[in-house]
Amino acid sequence: MEMLKIENLHAEIAGKEILKGINLSIEAGTVHAIMGPNGSGKSTLSNVLSGHPAYTVTQGKATFKGKDLLAMPTENRSHEGLFMSFQYPVEIPGVSMTNFMRTALNEKRRYLGLDPMSPTDFLKLMKQKRDLVKLDAKFMNRSVNEGFSGGEKKRNEIFQMAVLEPSLSILDETDSGLDIDALRIVAEGVNSLKTPETSALVITHYQRLLDYIKPDVVHVLYAGRIIRTAGPELALELEERGYDWLIKEFEDSNR
Amino acid sequence: MSQSSYSEIFRENRALIDSGASPVMNALRDRALACFEKYGFPDARCEEYLHTDISQWFAPDWGMNLGRVKLPVNPSEAFRCNVPNLSTQMHFLACDSYMKKDGQPTLVEGVTVGSLLEISRSNPQLVGKYLGSVVEMEKPGISALNTMFMQDGFMVHVPRNVRIDKPVQLVSLMSGAVSMLSCRRILVVLEQGAELRLLLCDHSSAARECLSAMVVECVVGDNARLELYDLEETSQTNSRVCDFFVSQGRDSSVHASVLTLHNGRTRNSFHSVFKGPGASLELDGIAISDGNQHVDNYSFVDHASTDCISSELFKYILDDRSTGSFAGKVLVREGSQRTVSAQTNRNICLTRESRMFTQPQLEIYADDVKCSHGATVGQLDEKALFYMQQRGIPMKEARMLLMLAFAGEVLDRIPLDSLRSRLTGLVELRLRHGQSRCEGCNVCK
Repeated sequence: MEMLKIENLHAEIAGKEILKGINLSIEAGTVHAIMGPNGSGKSTLSNVLSGHPAYTVTQGKATFKGKDLLAMPTENRSHEGLFMSFQYPVEIPGVSMTNFMRTALNEKRRYLGLDPMSPTDFLKLMKQKRDLVKLDAKFMNRSVNEGFSGGEKKRNEIFQMAVLEPSLSILDETDSGLDIDALRIVAEGVNSLKTPETSALVITHYQRLLDYIKPDVVHVLYAGRIIRTAGPELALELEERGYDWLIKEFEDSNR
Repeated sequence: MSQSSYSEIFRENRALIDSGASPVMNALRDRALACFEKYGFPDARCEEYLHTDISQWFAPDWGMNLGRVKLPVNPSEAFRCNVPNLSTQMHFLACDSYMKKDGQPTLVEGVTVGSLLEISRSNPQLVGKYLGSVVEMEKPGISALNTMFMQDGFMVHVPRNVRIDKPVQLVSLMSGAVSMLSCRRILVVLEQGAELRLLLCDHSSAARECLSAMVVECVVGDNARLELYDLEETSQTNSRVCDFFVSQGRDSSVHASVLTLHNGRTRNSFHSVFKGPGASLELDGIAISDGNQHVDNYSFVDHASTDCISSELFKYILDDRSTGSFAGKVLVREGSQRTVSAQTNRNICLTRESRMFTQPQLEIYADDVKCSHGATVGQLDEKALFYMQQRGIPMKEARMLLMLAFAGEVLDRIPLDSLRSRLTGLVELRLRHGQSRCEGCNVCK
């Protein structure tokens, strides 16, 4: 089954075109990695797919599980099963993790026509998912991400992902700011959530994360286009040779 | 009506006013008139009232109930408490008249509580000692006017070392068949070591335009502790000018929360003076407004003694075309060493049309002090809103969570647990339902 199909996607921010015709297809049960140099549009792609209001789609379309993704408000994309792990998780002073998760979960249940979860079931679920990413219970009474270390913030992202059980997870530079141990915990969390029905889109600069989260397909994004798609061996080659040779090939072929 | 019209009305009706009041009150009127004629209403030249021209509010020809006509309102029938499930000893004022209820149990032996008029008649010595003692009339404002026309109101006197655990609640209702100006007076006296929690709830009927010019004076003795909660839940047709005066003795502590949840036009002035060393004041405020509402809070904290602590936190959430103003002055007098003072005012403007004016002022004449102030005006955090939406929380709910969190910082400072949770509930109700009224108050419907 096709999870996500992006066709000729163009998007701009403040009048500047960043994405210049992205084509990408992700099957259920697969992990795709998007790599590329700084400023190539990786984060823009994840923001556009999640519905960030600052970006405008000027052309093209995106279909998520057969539905028109770009027509949905951000929260419905989430309810339909799209999750984005933020490169920089946002601190929300005064809103407790518990309140935040309860609201998010029950809004999703409402969208799906389900009753709110009982407090007992909710607490059980929280504990079970916390254990998965080794997030201490004390974080639940704290404000969302406030005073969390870099690693704790990223673990918190995976914790939320585990609670919301998305069908497509976009991991935007989840490895940035993580030490090796935290990276492993995060990757194990992601891997344990993997099923034949779910997919992931891993956006990263480095091969390192891909040692833990094995991709089926690797794309290279440059100047708003995907300039190369290949198997996992491409990531290793990039780690060794950098992006320059690919960019040169791309520019030569476009000359 | 102009300032001189008010003087005229006062002169013409002096006998009527006096006959409906008590000698203790009447004794203060000559000086009040002199002050009023000298200083009058503040105008645009008065910096303290820069964003609120209250002389306009007094311009219409308001009626006053100087003949003490019994108002056709029964508050205990019309009113169900808006601070639900809080056990308090409740008292009522209709406009400025104290409404006597049968079977009101005595709080604690020795405590005097009830009608200012009655108590000042039955115990002139007690009231005479304190009434007007901390009120500043020698400046533009409404304190002199209030003193000229006051005839009743409310009083609590807590004797030495008596502690009252159960909150005393005073519900004031502005309502009746006609538009009216009311000058109610509230006197709170805590003798040395006394403790009191007082909740003032201000309500009004939306059917009539009303103006209240009220004065709340609090004399807090050495080592005494006062918690004062002022909750305004009036209507869009209501204008309120309220002057608070607090005088604090040695090692006393005061917590005051001024919450404006529903109103029309409001000006609160909070004057506080430390008369002895080691005292502390926590002064907080929340204003939530939309439509064309206007909320102005002014505070003046006078560090006239050493080793005192003051901490102020005011937050505003302004929607639609509403306007807010905050000005806070902290004066550290010469010799008031080891003063600690912090003042914070944070504001959210939800629309482009809403306006906030904020003016922190620090005047320091001592050298061993720690003083800070800060003010911000901004919008809801868009990054946080997007983050929450990505997690499936719709925009409206996400905004609600952010606003509740914003107000929560002030509410969290309310010392009384039961009141904190109830006031938090009221704030949430207010934010969720805008100006549409909550369940509590029948008169407003």
